[in-house]
Amino acid sequence: MNGNIKVRIIGLLAFVAVTLLAFLGSIMLGIVQIPFRAVMDAFLSFDGSREHLIIRSVRLPRALIAVVIGGSLAVAGCLMQAISRNALAGPELFGVSNGAAFAAVAASFWLGSSSLSLLAWSALIGAAVAGVSVFFLSYRSGRSISSVRLVLAGASLNLLFASLTQGILILNEQSLDTMRYWLAGSLTGRDIDLFIQVMPYMGVGAAIAFVVSSQLNIFGLGEEVAQGLGQRMAAIRTASIMAVVLLAGSAVALAGPIGFVGLAVPHIARLLVGGNYRWIVPYSAVLGALLLLAADIGARFVLPGQEIPVGVVTAFFGAPMLIYLAARKENSR
Amino acid sequence: MMSSSAKLRALAIIGILIVLNIGAITLHLMLGERSIPWMDVFRTLFGTGGEEYRFTIHELRLPRVLTGLLVGCGLALAGTVLQAITGNPLASPGVIGLNSGAAAAVVGVMVLVPAFPMRMMPWVAFGGAFLAAAVMYSLSWRRGTAGSPVRMLLIGVGISAMASALITYLLTVGHIFRVSQASIWMAGSLYGRTWDHFWPLLPWILILFAMVLTMSRRLDLFLLDAQSAAGLGLRVELTRFLFILTSVGLAGAAVAMAGTIGFVGLMAPHMAGHLAGARSIVKLPAAALIGSLIVLLSDLAGRVVFAPYEIPAGLITAIIGVPYMIYLLMRRRAI
Repeated sequence: MNGNIKVRIIGLLAFVAVTLLAFLGSIMLGIVQIPFRAVMDAFLSFDGSREHLIIRSVRLPRALIAVVIGGSLAVAGCLMQAISRNALAGPELFGVSNGAAFAAVAASFWLGSSSLSLLAWSALIGAAVAGVSVFFLSYRSGRSISSVRLVLAGASLNLLFASLTQGILILNEQSLDTMRYWLAGSLTGRDIDLFIQVMPYMGVGAAIAFVVSSQLNIFGLGEEVAQGLGQRMAAIRTASIMAVVLLAGSAVALAGPIGFVGLAVPHIARLLVGGNYRWIVPYSAVLGALLLLAADIGARFVLPGQEIPVGVVTAFFGAPMLIYLAARKENSR
Repeated sequence: MMSSSAKLRALAIIGILIVLNIGAITLHLMLGERSIPWMDVFRTLFGTGGEEYRFTIHELRLPRVLTGLLVGCGLALAGTVLQAITGNPLASPGVIGLNSGAAAAVVGVMVLVPAFPMRMMPWVAFGGAFLAAAVMYSLSWRRGTAGSPVRMLLIGVGISAMASALITYLLTVGHIFRVSQASIWMAGSLYGRTWDHFWPLLPWILILFAMVLTMSRRLDLFLLDAQSAAGLGLRVELTRFLFILTSVGLAGAAVAMAGTIGFVGLMAPHMAGHLAGARSIVKLPAAALIGSLIVLLSDLAGRVVFAPYEIPAGLITAIIGVPYMIYLLMRRRAI
């Protein structure tokens, strides 16, 4: 047992190291390639040159944001899968992304401004409303959430939010022009101030997540045990939902809807470390960061001379993952 | 065979639905920025009225209302067929990804090939919907056995997600004018539909409707389980494939002309089932008429209630459809 723990800690540290490398790669690679020396100089002896400016004002915030968003979405996905006892739970099926997108578009339409901080706050609220309503529509006390209910409730609310968003964008071409990039889920042009504003919320969410992570395993126990622990489970469930809203909401607020990180990463983590949430949560955090960094670097190179929004990249790799999960579930029956 | 009282009842239901549709069409022709008294509507329609309202009715309102009628029929029929062959009351062209497949194909053509003729659009949408259906079919149906509904729904959700990622990408690269056009189209609007939209759509819906009706007895056999159906001499796989193809055609053609008008394919078959029972020969026309009624009334409400703004019909059907879906979810505790 002791050896096992050691292996897992070493594994986690190894993934942290790979993530750091990817972080460096994200700063160095792009339409303007920047050598490693210049990256170091930009922090140690900043001289105001164009290269150093690119690093400090564009590349560094972008890489940082990719790390925190990837981590938050993945941890949010973990919590959702644990409390719903359903492998398909994740921010995208819970309507969190579309709810946030709708709230952001509506706010920018009515208040006539598309400042990033307005988008951020409205997205946070929209995410909370959508996530909580899908959860309660598909939840029935004492039983795990069945996939059909979850998928149908999530798909219907997603569709509703998507058509409301569509309706607003039609009434106002101006907002369509500014919002279409945000709606695609992109990491470009996010400035560091917004990041700092959202950070405390993410921090609180992450803290709650790590505190409850050791308790999440009780959701996997049998029905009788779970009923005996009734009071405690309710508290953990509430705390988890709060953490999910904070994490996923602020992630959408920062970068727009980026799908499938929250769904796919917990499964990868489970493949690596088994079914214990005490390990799944930290592994997911690191793997989520790594995955989004990689997707973001990839998004710069898929089409020459053009950047694809990273949300498109994750959807293209994530949706087959959903299909694969559906297929596997069938086989295991 | 149907008993004569059941036949009478079926005829009465369909008759009433036809009358309601005619009523909705008349209201459509009357109301709007410029209201027209109903006497004048009929006079103009039958060519005995003056020239006063000719343009408004013949060139603006009539093509729009007739396109809406066909679109509603197409979506409802596609939904009815899908629900029958999957045995899942919650399946609909929207949920399993047909609509988004068609939408991705049409948006792609709209944004990238600006001069593409409208009359070819149903083919493009059919191609997109067909691709989505082919992927879903090959992944969710094993040899000889139907996959479970959950599996099919999930695969559909996955396909929808990929198609909408593609749409999102296309919307970010396109020129804003075309993007705006495409997004109006996607919201499911009947705004500005002309005879150019109606005529290409008509043969698709008519032919496929006739096909489904002639095969309605085989559709009924799907309500039994697959083994009994096979025992009765039904070539299950081939028949199912044919039915999927028809619903792809119906949904694809409808989406091509009016964008994604959601939930019609879900709601209409349900209501038709309540009214007319499960027998397909009655349920199919009833669903088609209810579907067209939903689309027509949504479009009318979108046009009149918030005038001078127009709310796309797809938005209104979503606002009605989501509570309906939630009601179904709440009622069906067993799922």
